[in-house]
Amino acid sequence: MQLFTCPFCGPRGESEFHFGGDAGNIRPEGDVSAEVWTDYLYFKNNSRGAARQIWMHLACREVFLMERDTVTHEVISSEALVQEQQA
Amino acid sequence: MSGWRVETQGWAVDRSRPVRFTFDGKSVSGFAGDSLASALLAAGVTTVGRSFKYHRPRGFWSAGAEEPNGMADILGTPHRVNVQMTVEPAQDGMVLRSINGRPSAEKDRNAFIDRFARFIPAAFYYKTFMFPDWHMFEPRIRAMAGLGALDPAAEGHLPTAQANAFCDLLVIGAGPAGLTAALKAAEAGRKVILCDDQPVAGGSLLYREALIDGVAGPDWAAAAVARLRELGAQVMLQTTAFGRYEHGLTGLAESLGQGDAPRLWRVRAAETLLASGAIERGLPFANNDRPGVMSAMAALQYLRRYGVAVGRRIIVATNNGIAYEAAQALALAGAHVTVIDPRADAPACDLPRRRDRIEAVIGRNGVEAVLLASGEKIAADAVIASGGFTPTVHLYSQAQGKLRFDEAIQGFVPERKVTGLSVIGAANGAFGLAEVLADAAAAVGAVSPKAEGPHWPFKIDAAWPAPKAKGRIWLDLQNDVTAKDVELAARENFVSVEHLKRYTTLGMANDQGKTSNLPGLALMAQLTGRSIQETGTTTYRPPFVPIPLASFAGIRGGQLMNPVRRLPLEAEHRSDGALFREYGGWLRPAWFGKGEEAEAVNREAKAARESVGLFDGSPLGKIEVIGPDAGKFLDFIYYNTMSTLKPGRCRYGFMLTEQGAVYDDGVLVRLDENRFIVSCSSSHTQGVALLLEEWRQDSFDRARVQIHDATSRYATLTVTGPKSKALLEAVGLGADLSDEALPHMALTYGAFGGEPVRITRVSFTGDRSYELSIRADRALPLWRALKETGRAFDAVLLGGEALMVLRAEKGYIVIGKDTDGRTRPMDLGVSGPFEKKRGEYLGKRSLHLPAVSDQARAYVGLESLTGEVLPCGAHAVERNGSAKRSIGFVTTSHFSPNLSRPIALGLVENGASRIGEILELHHLGKSLKARIAPVCAFDPEGKRLHA
Repeated sequence: MQLFTCPFCGPRGESEFHFGGDAGNIRPEGDVSAEVWTDYLYFKNNSRGAARQIWMHLACREVFLMERDTVTHEVISSEALVQEQQA
Repeated sequence: MSGWRVETQGWAVDRSRPVRFTFDGKSVSGFAGDSLASALLAAGVTTVGRSFKYHRPRGFWSAGAEEPNGMADILGTPHRVNVQMTVEPAQDGMVLRSINGRPSAEKDRNAFIDRFARFIPAAFYYKTFMFPDWHMFEPRIRAMAGLGALDPAAEGHLPTAQANAFCDLLVIGAGPAGLTAALKAAEAGRKVILCDDQPVAGGSLLYREALIDGVAGPDWAAAAVARLRELGAQVMLQTTAFGRYEHGLTGLAESLGQGDAPRLWRVRAAETLLASGAIERGLPFANNDRPGVMSAMAALQYLRRYGVAVGRRIIVATNNGIAYEAAQALALAGAHVTVIDPRADAPACDLPRRRDRIEAVIGRNGVEAVLLASGEKIAADAVIASGGFTPTVHLYSQAQGKLRFDEAIQGFVPERKVTGLSVIGAANGAFGLAEVLADAAAAVGAVSPKAEGPHWPFKIDAAWPAPKAKGRIWLDLQNDVTAKDVELAARENFVSVEHLKRYTTLGMANDQGKTSNLPGLALMAQLTGRSIQETGTTTYRPPFVPIPLASFAGIRGGQLMNPVRRLPLEAEHRSDGALFREYGGWLRPAWFGKGEEAEAVNREAKAARESVGLFDGSPLGKIEVIGPDAGKFLDFIYYNTMSTLKPGRCRYGFMLTEQGAVYDDGVLVRLDENRFIVSCSSSHTQGVALLLEEWRQDSFDRARVQIHDATSRYATLTVTGPKSKALLEAVGLGADLSDEALPHMALTYGAFGGEPVRITRVSFTGDRSYELSIRADRALPLWRALKETGRAFDAVLLGGEALMVLRAEKGYIVIGKDTDGRTRPMDLGVSGPFEKKRGEYLGKRSLHLPAVSDQARAYVGLESLTGEVLPCGAHAVERNGSAKRSIGFVTTSHFSPNLSRPIALGLVENGASRIGEILELHHLGKSLKARIAPVCAFDPEGKRLHA
């Protein structure tokens, strides 16, 4: 079982996480072409090596960005999508 | 009958404690401390199994986990197949059955097959049994070949709970390297786990002549274990590290004895040291598979550890120095030993010796003599063959570690450390004791203990199988692969090691080629003019040894695998005679009373339409969406426009997937300007909550909209039927229930016993209905009041089955039952938003893709023409000449007690425009007819909602 790092809760077992998709796959808005829309829906980068991905930690429900290596499974970094505002 | 007990040797066996077991029906006696193999050898049993394909007699080759031949089925409870007798301790009363030999390994009626061996080389079956059909031949061939036999009636292992552990350092293997590293690390204050597959720690120290810091090997090992335990280290014996996984995780299997499944451990270590030693391989000569041909370290281990000599006239053939220790020890024990060593620089030795190599073993069922290359023939009853040592790098390679072929030891060694895992000792190619201890100490930054012994220098000359050699030279004993099979594979261009493995089966099955892979690929290297390094190895995969599936399952089964969710009022429903079933993960009443299902469901469904029904709808989703952007957010989430809903009102709507299919339906309640409740389907609550959270964080200002799943905080009690309003007024909730104050699809608040009650007037039955939501732990008094007051109104308790009948009468959908992954909202007759809604919403663009509307199937009612209830799942077919095509299927089907006829719902291509048409239905070979009808079969005007 892999260990992923939630930016809020620290390292946890992979079964606590839900894959959200490739980072940067922005939802196209409005009257876009079928090609643009299906590219967003179905075409995944599936890159070899370092990949930036969106994950949710199911225990705290926070969505975050994780960079991981799809070959070595190394977790390179993980960061919150929105920085917590300083009080 | 060549093995015998040596009285002066065998420190590990307790001669005062005999054990008896049976092997192929024959009684065998040994001592406590014996392995099954050592006891059988001592009893003179040489043939312990028959080979996989050719039914050749086979004996023990090794004394460890690499054993290719010596497996047996252990009968009884549990019934264990293919147990390696070389590692299994002998126990009183065991009943063993040899593999692939009937009636026994000794006298196998299929032994004749070997005489036809040259007609059945590798891939013979693929090439020969193609016509007319492989499956015609398969059962007979399978019955002839194979290893252990499962008894389907026998009991398996008892389940064992799994365990997790964390440590600074995990050391795999408790030989001299592992013990040294573990001890030094524990002394330095690190938290250490040490595991070894044997019942006694020591590895090669258990049988090789060595002194560490002046102490004899086995004594030093025992003292090291005691010291480790004193320091708080966890020493796990009979525990095999079988797999290396991501991020420092190692899988261990701890043997717990005969009855229980081995315990699966997940050990997460900051650092792991692999000290798994090396595996000895054989020499290539004809009939090198005969019972009585054994590895040098196995013969030495049987002698010193168990006090068993494998023969009286022994040939020791070697291409390296280590085998000399075995030769000398066996001679000292009283055997007549002759050494065969072709090396020019062989060490001085006072045993009879030939500078030669073995050409062939002579003997039909065992060793009778050996024939040397010079033509000399020497009588013998056992042959010790040492072809060198292969470092046990399996777990390193599983972790994607790269290997380098080391000419000095003629074996693959780890090229460099992988993250979190280092390899030490013999597994790292260090074969001298001093070298091993230095390697281990260096790995933990400590000073090496002082080593003396074994004194024979390793110095190996390569002795790989050569092309075109005479006779049958066996490479893989477990899968019956010979050098000729590898040559055949090379001729037919299966030259990659992965192809070689699959074509010849070299390195398959239980042992995964622990003794055979390297000789096989060395031969392939010669055949293809490549180096061994260029030829490479096949991929190493877990597990290192076979692990019962029961270990991976652990105690996770039934309720512990997938626990049902339970209603707060379950006990009350039980005392009311509810029969429970699982619905979408919830355990809910299916019906009440002792009657037959059909009778009970009809009674409940009928009474609910006549008077009033009480239904526990607590699993209904109650996800709160809160904040100033809640309306905007829900407009995006729902297909329908939701921000226009007025506070205190409810609206029915769909949520779609981005692919445009209906994902969930339900009622949205607006409590006030900034607060909504999403009442999603009971079984979809978790999925919907996740979906909301993902989109909230992806596309919205998370400070202006919040999601809170309050489903389990509230019980939801549904009161439905023409007398529902009267019943609630009699119970007294302190709320105005008049149609003016609380019309259909509206919300109000009341209280019961001081506890607030949220009352929504929504309906899943088509009758006037109210849903009362109250704190889950305070729901019981309200439910009891409804039941008690309800007596005067002929109230009936409704189970889930009757509710399904009521909603089907109305044509109300259940997502996932009446819809599938292709069903669009328009197919369910809701096309308003598709045509008019302006803003963005989930799945919007997909609804406009041409591919999504191809072959769309509309939701319709179906009337049975024969009066029988239509089978659920029956397909509607369209004929085109003799061709048939499915154009839809039945999704829901019941007998309606209120209409006194069958009703059904389904999805049919262009169904909405085919109302009145007759469909041909097919189901399991049966043909039926049905008429397409509107979905709502009962009260189509909807008058009863207000009655």
